[in-house]
Amino acid sequence: MTGQGFPGKLPHAYMTAGTSSFSEFLMQAAPELLPGRRPLPPGDFTEMSAHATTIVALRTAEGVVMAGDRRATSGNYIASRDIEKVFPADGYSLVGMAGTAGLGIELIKLYQVELEHYEKIEGAPLTLNGKANRLATMLRGNLGMAMQGLAVVPLFAGFDNDAPTVAEAGKIYSFDVVGGVYAERDYDSIGSGSIFAKGSIKKRYRRGLSTEDAVKVAVEALYDAADDDSATGGPDPIRDLYPIVMSATVDGSKRIDEAVVAELARSVIAARTENPYG
Amino acid sequence: MAMQFYTSPEQIMRDRAEFARKNISRGRNVVVLSCADGVLLVAENVSSALHKVYELYDRIGFAAVGKYNEFENLRTAGVRMADLRGYSYDRRDVNAASLAKAYAQTLGAIFSEQTKPFEVEICVAGVGASPDGDELYRLTFDGSINDEPGYLAMGGDAEHLVEVLSEGHDSEAPLADAFALALRALSHGGSNGTPRELTTDVLEVAVLERARPGRAFRRIEGLALDALMPRDEAEPDLDPDEVLGDEPGDDADTPDKGEKPQPSE
Repeated sequence: MTGQGFPGKLPHAYMTAGTSSFSEFLMQAAPELLPGRRPLPPGDFTEMSAHATTIVALRTAEGVVMAGDRRATSGNYIASRDIEKVFPADGYSLVGMAGTAGLGIELIKLYQVELEHYEKIEGAPLTLNGKANRLATMLRGNLGMAMQGLAVVPLFAGFDNDAPTVAEAGKIYSFDVVGGVYAERDYDSIGSGSIFAKGSIKKRYRRGLSTEDAVKVAVEALYDAADDDSATGGPDPIRDLYPIVMSATVDGSKRIDEAVVAELARSVIAARTENPYG
Repeated sequence: MAMQFYTSPEQIMRDRAEFARKNISRGRNVVVLSCADGVLLVAENVSSALHKVYELYDRIGFAAVGKYNEFENLRTAGVRMADLRGYSYDRRDVNAASLAKAYAQTLGAIFSEQTKPFEVEICVAGVGASPDGDELYRLTFDGSINDEPGYLAMGGDAEHLVEVLSEGHDSEAPLADAFALALRALSHGGSNGTPRELTTDVLEVAVLERARPGRAFRRIEGLALDALMPRDEAEPDLDPDEVLGDEPGDDADTPDKGEKPQPSE
């Protein structure tokens, strides 16, 4: 073959036309970097890695809001008090994850590169639906590991630039471990505290909520999740740790200022001190 | 068996080089230059979909002339290399020099091993914290790599364009001045020595913005490009003194002094 005399030359897989997907390119060029491609010995590895817990996402009049608590657990230990589980996937979308923390963060990092890579190669970003489907495809590669206890479940939400009106532009997609993708109507939550978070949102959510109000509902939902689920961390004024909240609107995806979230969390604590059942 | 005709290696290389050079020289020109606001990439390009100027990574851009399928192939490979490196190490570990070197090796290998060399000339541009930190690499079809001093031109008329650029280039100049210089260079070569008139629909403009965090590459098109164009259509015919007198009033000052102070006062 050619290229033997030129070790610095770009390898063949780099020069092959055809795919705009970074993970498909990795399959050819560096399969060891793909999480789903690592052989595992038989057994159950549920207790092996830290677990990330609760994420909530809500549709608003301006787009979407996503929030996540800061705790990761390993069995009955608190593995981390300040883990970050909600990220901007690209300029207009957000992604959070629950389940095996190490794999989840790796999946999100790969997903961020995947979206940026497509945008650079094609000269235009994927549609929001396309982004959600792409995440589902990447998740499918993880099924074997999920069955051995290393499951990751993401939550994806974003602002759809192709939507007819701004009020319809916010979209939320949930996933299951086999790679099913489901469009959610108003809100969704994943992780161990999700049952309690959803119960909390159900009582406070209404359609057409402003971003500001949705942030409040999200912070309060995480408080309720932490109240009843030991694996979800509540706001921690002692260490100055509060949920991570992000929004995706017509102005793009951005993190809600920490000071704003801290203030909201403190007011939730104050209100619950008066009335513990909210 | 009959004896094959002997062709000396010099002859083969010369033929290939001539072949590549001839085809590249038919292409329209591209200018890349560094200025105070970043690295400006300007191409003369009639197509609005098939670009000549692209983003490779956070601080790195790519420009090319020649055969589209060949430089597109190289560009894709560069994006893959940059993304793979950034993914497996860190985003800051991706730099223009290593990409340029990989391109040099690749073009060199193709030139000496394959019957037909790539008919392309490419530029890898990296924007630094200051104009001194900018990197501009020009790579030719045979894998030669040149580290250019703040400006470069590629395409059929490159030599003449470089003359214009070298006279007017100032790495501390604002974007509007750098763009006017790029335009002056690209409009070189009209009939009887008069400058050609270039309109926005044959220009492809992008900038690697120095001050922008993260991905610095931004295309300047539509209204943004209209605003950057020298206001006076007849401007290329004016003599240099008048041109210099015209620009600050037209490009830089109008948006700043005309609009911004009003709300605050």
